[in-house]
Amino acid sequence: MADEKKPGLFEKGGKLYWLHSSIDAFDTFLRVPGTVTAKGAHVRDGIDLKRVMIMVVVALIPAALFGMYNVGLQTSTLYGLEWGFFHKFFYGLLRMLPLFVVSYAVGLAIEFASAQIRGEEVNEGYLVTGFLIPLIVPVDVPLWMLALATAFSVIFVKEVFGGTGMNIWNPALVARAFLFFSYPSSMSGSSVWVSKTWAGLGDVDAISAATPLAIAHDGTFDAATGAVGQYSFMDMFWGFIPGSTGETSVVAILLGAILLIWTGVASWKIMVSSIAGGLLVGWLGWLAGATALPCYYQIVMGGFLFGSVFMATDPVTAAQTECGKWIYGFLIGALAVVVRLWNPGYMEGMMLAILLMNTFAPLIDHCVVSAHMSRRAKKALKA
Amino acid sequence: MSNHLVLKKGLDIPIKGKAAPAVIKSVLPDIVAVKPTDFAGLVPRLLVKEGDPVKAGSPVMADKLHPEVLLTSPVSGKVKAVVRGAKRKLLAVLVEADAKQSFVDFGKKAPKDAEEVKALLMKSGLWCGLIQRPYGVMAAQDAAPKAIFISTFNTAPLAAVPEFTLAGSLEDLQSGVDALAMIAPVHVSVKADDSIFAKLQNANIHIVSGPHPAGNVGVQISHIAPIQKGETVWTVKPVLLAAIGHLINTGKLELKRKVAVTGPDATKHGYVECVPGTPVQDIAHVLPDVRVIGGDVLSGEILGADGYLGYFQDQLTLIHEGHEREWFGWAKPIRPGVFSSSMCYFSWLTPDKLYDMDTNVHGGPRAFVETKCFEDVTPMDIFPIYLIKACLAGDIEKMEKFGIYEVLPEDLALCDYVDPSKNEIQAYIQKGIDLMIKEMA
Repeated sequence: MADEKKPGLFEKGGKLYWLHSSIDAFDTFLRVPGTVTAKGAHVRDGIDLKRVMIMVVVALIPAALFGMYNVGLQTSTLYGLEWGFFHKFFYGLLRMLPLFVVSYAVGLAIEFASAQIRGEEVNEGYLVTGFLIPLIVPVDVPLWMLALATAFSVIFVKEVFGGTGMNIWNPALVARAFLFFSYPSSMSGSSVWVSKTWAGLGDVDAISAATPLAIAHDGTFDAATGAVGQYSFMDMFWGFIPGSTGETSVVAILLGAILLIWTGVASWKIMVSSIAGGLLVGWLGWLAGATALPCYYQIVMGGFLFGSVFMATDPVTAAQTECGKWIYGFLIGALAVVVRLWNPGYMEGMMLAILLMNTFAPLIDHCVVSAHMSRRAKKALKA
Repeated sequence: MSNHLVLKKGLDIPIKGKAAPAVIKSVLPDIVAVKPTDFAGLVPRLLVKEGDPVKAGSPVMADKLHPEVLLTSPVSGKVKAVVRGAKRKLLAVLVEADAKQSFVDFGKKAPKDAEEVKALLMKSGLWCGLIQRPYGVMAAQDAAPKAIFISTFNTAPLAAVPEFTLAGSLEDLQSGVDALAMIAPVHVSVKADDSIFAKLQNANIHIVSGPHPAGNVGVQISHIAPIQKGETVWTVKPVLLAAIGHLINTGKLELKRKVAVTGPDATKHGYVECVPGTPVQDIAHVLPDVRVIGGDVLSGEILGADGYLGYFQDQLTLIHEGHEREWFGWAKPIRPGVFSSSMCYFSWLTPDKLYDMDTNVHGGPRAFVETKCFEDVTPMDIFPIYLIKACLAGDIEKMEKFGIYEVLPEDLALCDYVDPSKNEIQAYIQKGIDLMIKEMA
């Protein structure tokens, strides 16, 4: 009898079978699939990739919420406006919403289409990427640029390699790199880090709101008070400074880091070694006179901590061996600060350091695994 | 005399349905199946036809490639039917059991050297119980293993407890060890100093402790005497070791064992005495929509309600099919009914809770993303993810390098369990092993 049953609309043989990936995606988004194990272990852990990915998004929420407040704070400070807490927050929320909408709409559309083409289930990796992208770009970035960058990174960095789990570089970072190199005027300089378009105040170009990183780069550091320009160390620690929305607050990022480490979703080894690398090079640079900043300033300024916690730890693009993670993280931190201190062109080295180490992660793993194998072979020879 | 090995990595899955240490019943079924499919590497040639009388120990099949290796009937009776599958593949020989059992007499004389032991094992059918590593196939009769390993404890979920099932068979076990020691040095691993099996003589005793898979003989071998290319190691299950000893002591093939009936959906938890090949229905009552697994939930075989207990199995697990779909399962902050070893859920708050698990996959198949979880449950000196990928790619050189000789799918069964990407790791490893057998033969 079962054979005579007509296939459902979206089942194989049905009229709309070509849409099955999308339908599956929505269906399994709402309800856990009813599939049972066919081979291998008969019972399976409750964890799945959706849960893993949503944990990262949850870990990003403190940084995102603080970032929204900070968008309002920076604008009101810059223009001398008397805004209350909620006014600042909702201003930031309204400024950020379009970025999230564009990032998710463009990215997910491509994800769904490519899953459809491959006939696979839609992968949930974009839940995280789509949330990351708005947090690492200037809040005023034109939406069409964001759409273009998102499309570029999802197609050319992820889908051409086969989707989540197969990519070599972190897609969110590549989206940022795409913007950085294609539209530098919207991505760098002193005037892009504070939202102004909606503030209704004219003559925006005259107003400058440089990030502490840029100020320090120009050599404005007051060793007596520990302040970089008008920003004190505590301002930078709490995050009351201009910058990409998600990156400014050390406190908010650390909250996320605690969740990521506790759940085991991201590797604490990468975070720790990356910070260690940054501190070491920062200290060497300070000794060598390349900077007047104490080394721990490198950690609280710019995107260093955000990159270490959320971007470098992406399990797909990071090193996979435990020993490799130490090396990989350390080199990211070290390289990022090297770029900051000894490179006249770029003020921020985190993005490029992570992308470079993404490229080398397989090589690091290869070396670690080979070393382990030859050690094992020697041991066996002795035995 | 003994070495203590403490393994830290691994996972004990908290599933409901442990067998109480008591024998519920002893079964002599009407029909017993002799299944050549239980033995990897055996190419069966039928030696009997319908209506032939057999005794317990009479040959039913032989290995086509090594005719002296016999597969024998565990009971006496009459051959009732020969079951064949697609392409006339021999699936089973069904023997109608006599009410009063009679045994082939193999003679009580203890074998004097390795050749005599081998000959006795082949004649009695117990040879098929010897498993050779690498690859986990039936032992080759001309091989010279560097060691023979026996794990006297099983850490798999709800596994039968040999301390209970073999408490009365110590003498047989000792005779079995003595016989096998003529072939190669015997290593016996026990879970504690005071284990009854720690008293076995003529063997190297190793104390091994830790969560599953510490009881897996493959994991123990990789720590005690890792297998190199060209080496072979044999393993034998305690229940079959006892049968070997019993054969030497009494001259009779006695495969009767205590089978643990376990799992959340078993109606009665306990031990049932029966021979391999006993119909599942005679051992346990199977409710509808329940999966019957011969062995444990991690690497057992699906028997089905109308199946027969396998040769190596001393456990049945009954577990319901998890077709139910949970609304917003992955998004719910708390899912009290679902266990996860990952800290992304809150199972860590209730470490002593036992779960009513089902066969739901809890997700869809994805590419590898999280891979550290594999290392956390693999207490061996290998990189699981690299081995798995080498198996997937069919790269023999890499498989060798990453340790294919040391593993069987069961040793990486927990990787199946913990993987958030829901890959079939055991199937991948088996695929790699099959390729190795084909290419290296």
